[in-house]
Amino acid sequence: MLLYLLEKEFKQFFRNSFLPRFALMFPIVAIVVFPLAANFEIKNIGISIVDNDRSEPSRRLAEKALSSGYFTLTGDARSYGEAMALVEGGKADIVLEIPAGFGRDLERGGTARVMISANTVNGMRGGLGSSYLAGIIADFNAETLRESGKLAGVRATGTGVIAPSGYEAVAFSPLFRYNPLMKYTVYMVPAIMCMILTMLAGFLPALNIVGEKEKGTIEQMNVTPVRRGAFILSKLIPYWVLGFVALTITFVVAWLAYSLVSLGGYALVYLFASVFVLAMSGFGLVLSNYAKTLQQAMFMMFFFIITFVLISGLYTPINGMPSWARALSALSPLRYMIESLRAIFLKGSGFWELRWRFLALLAFAAFFNGWAVLSYRKRE
Amino acid sequence: MKEFSAFVKKEFSHIVRDRWTMIILLVLPIVMMVLFGYAITTEVRNIGMYVFDPNPNPNARDAAMVTELSSSEYFVMKGYLSSPDDIDRVFREGRGQLVVVFGADGAQLVADGSDPNTAVTLVSYAQSVLARFGSGPLPTRIVPEVKLLYNPQMKGAYSTVPGVMGMILMLICAMMTSISIAREKEKGTMEVLLVSPVRPLTIILAKTVPYLALSCVNLATILAFSAFVIGIPIRGSLALLLFVSLVFIAVSLAIGLLISSVAETQLAALLASGMGLMMPVILLSGMIFPIENMPAVLRVLSNVIPARWYIAAVRKIMIMGLGPAAVARELAVLVSMAVALGALSLGKFKIRLE
Repeated sequence: MLLYLLEKEFKQFFRNSFLPRFALMFPIVAIVVFPLAANFEIKNIGISIVDNDRSEPSRRLAEKALSSGYFTLTGDARSYGEAMALVEGGKADIVLEIPAGFGRDLERGGTARVMISANTVNGMRGGLGSSYLAGIIADFNAETLRESGKLAGVRATGTGVIAPSGYEAVAFSPLFRYNPLMKYTVYMVPAIMCMILTMLAGFLPALNIVGEKEKGTIEQMNVTPVRRGAFILSKLIPYWVLGFVALTITFVVAWLAYSLVSLGGYALVYLFASVFVLAMSGFGLVLSNYAKTLQQAMFMMFFFIITFVLISGLYTPINGMPSWARALSALSPLRYMIESLRAIFLKGSGFWELRWRFLALLAFAAFFNGWAVLSYRKRE
Repeated sequence: MKEFSAFVKKEFSHIVRDRWTMIILLVLPIVMMVLFGYAITTEVRNIGMYVFDPNPNPNARDAAMVTELSSSEYFVMKGYLSSPDDIDRVFREGRGQLVVVFGADGAQLVADGSDPNTAVTLVSYAQSVLARFGSGPLPTRIVPEVKLLYNPQMKGAYSTVPGVMGMILMLICAMMTSISIAREKEKGTMEVLLVSPVRPLTIILAKTVPYLALSCVNLATILAFSAFVIGIPIRGSLALLLFVSLVFIAVSLAIGLLISSVAETQLAALLASGMGLMMPVILLSGMIFPIENMPAVLRVLSNVIPARWYIAAVRKIMIMGLGPAAVARELAVLVSMAVALGALSLGKFKIRLE
C-alpha cells in the first residue's frame, strides 16, 4: 500500500513544473550566495580626511591611515562641512579632522588633538572604524616619540603598545585553531546546510499536506482504508529523499566553491542529518495539523524561521545575547544542528564529543513526532 | 465604485476571518522588533574560558591574570585543564572558545577560530584586559577626540529597525497579495470573477486595498514600538518617512501582482515570494549584512532589490534626520520601480485562464 502511495507522491512531485527545479537550484544558490552575502568582515570603510594643518606631520598621519588597508579615501573634503556632506550622502563612514596647528603642537612637544567622527548608524562599522583609526593614531604617536628621541630604544609592536627597553615584556600571542584562513564563509556553509534541510525536509511536506487539506483531497484519503501512518509516511519519505539528495549536492558545491571538506567525515554528518530531518518533519506535521490553509501554514513557518533561526546562532553568536534569548535558543532544534555541523565540518569533532547535542536532537524528534500523532484528527 | 467597495469588503472578510493569520500578522512585527532590537547582536560576551598551566606550582602573576580575565564581562571562567590534549577537546565539544596557556614569559591565547569574527574580537579583548601585565602605557601626545554620530550608544537596533520595516512591508504586500490571487486561481473562483461584469482592473485593485491597509497598521506599530519601547527617535520628517513608505508599499504590491500573474498555484506563489523575495531581502538589502562587504557581483545585484533603497532612505530620514534632498536618489529609484513593475504586472495579468 505504502509503495503505491509513494509512487503517487513521486509522480506528483516530478509532474510539477516548479518543484523539482526549485529543489535542485535552491541548495546550489543558497550555498553559493548566502555565505558571500552574510559577511560581517568589515572592509572598505570609507574615510574622509580634512587636513586643516597641511603640515608634514599631518600629511604623514593621513598617509598612514590610508595605507593601513582598512580605509578607502572617498572624495575630497576641504572643510568639516564638506566631509559631513559625504557622510550624509552615504559615501564616507568616518571623518578624520586634523586641526590647524597640529604639526606645530607636535614639534613643540605639546599635546596635539585630532577629531574622529564616525557614522554609527551601523554600529559595528562606525565603531570598528573609529577604533582602527585610534589604533593608527596611537602607532603614529609612538613613531613620532621614537623619532624625537624622547624614548630611545623602544620598539614598536604594531599595536600602539610599546615595551621600553630593559623591561621584560609579557607577550600575549594569539593562536587560532581550525579555520586557518579565518574565512567567515567557511563558518556559514554548515549552517546554511541546516537551513536547506529545514526547508526541504521540514516545511515542504507540511505544505503538501495542508495543500491536500485545502483542496479537500485529504478527505478522500481519509475514507479509504489507507492507514494514517502509511499516508503520513508516504508524504514524508519523498522529502526525506529530497533532503538527502540536496545535502549531498551541497557537499559537492561546498567543496567546489570553498574547498570545504568535512574534517569529521560525512557519515557523521548524515547521521546527524537523519535525526534532524526526523525532528523537523515532525515539527512540520504538527504545523500541518493546526493550519487549515496554506497561507496560515506559511505564516506559522515564517514566524518560526524568524524567531528560531535568528536565535540559534546562525548569524550572531549566542553568547552575546541577553539571558532570556539564550534560554530561548536552547529550545531551538536548529541550534543543536548548526553547532554540531559546524563542529564536525571545521573541527573534526567525533560522535562522543557531540553526544549531548545528538541526544537533544533525538529528544526533539521524539517530542515533535509524538505531538504530531497526538494532535492528528481524521475528522474535523 | 459600488462594485469596488463590495470587492474590498469581500477581501477584508477573507483576511479577518482567518484568525491565525491575523494574529501572526499583528504580532510578527513586534516579535521581530524585540528580536532585532535586543537579541540579535554581534557583541562578544560570556565567552567560555579554560586555563592550562604546565607549571606545577603556578605563580601569583598567572593567578592574577586569570582573575582579571574572569572578572571582565567578556569571559566566564570554566575551569583548569590538566593536559594539553584537553585543549582540542574543549573546542571540539564546544564547551569554550578560549584557552589561556601560560608559559615562562607570557601566555598564549588559544582561540576557537571556526568563527573568525568572534575569535579575533575575543582575542583582542583578552589582550586589552591583560594589557597592564604587559608594559606601561606610553606618554600620549596625540589625543583623538572621537565623536560617534547619530547613534552614540551604538545600539544595534538603529541599523536593523529600518530593515524590519522593509521586510514586514514586503512580506505583507507582496507575499499575501500573490497568494490570495493564486488561491482564487487554484480554487477556480477566479474564473467566476472573470466572467462577471466586473472589470479585471477593479478585481486586481480591490485585492490590494486590504493589504495596503494592513501594512499601514503594521507600519504604525513598528514606528510606535521603535520610538516608545526601544527608544529610537524619528529625527527627520514623519511625513517624508510615510511618503517613502507608501511608495515602497506600491512597489511591493506590484511585485505581488507580478508573482501572482506567473504562479498558477499557491505553493508556487509561496515559494517564489518566500525564496525569491524574502531571502534576497534578508541577505542583500543591507538590513543585517552590510552591502559594502559583499563581492562586486552581489553589490550590483543588490541594486535591483527595492528593499535596499527603501532601507537606505529610512535610515537617512529616521536615524540621520536628513531631508528630502538626501533621499532624492532612493526615492527616484523606488518611484521608477513602482511605475515599471505596476505597468508590467497589469499588462501581464491574464483575463483568460488556460
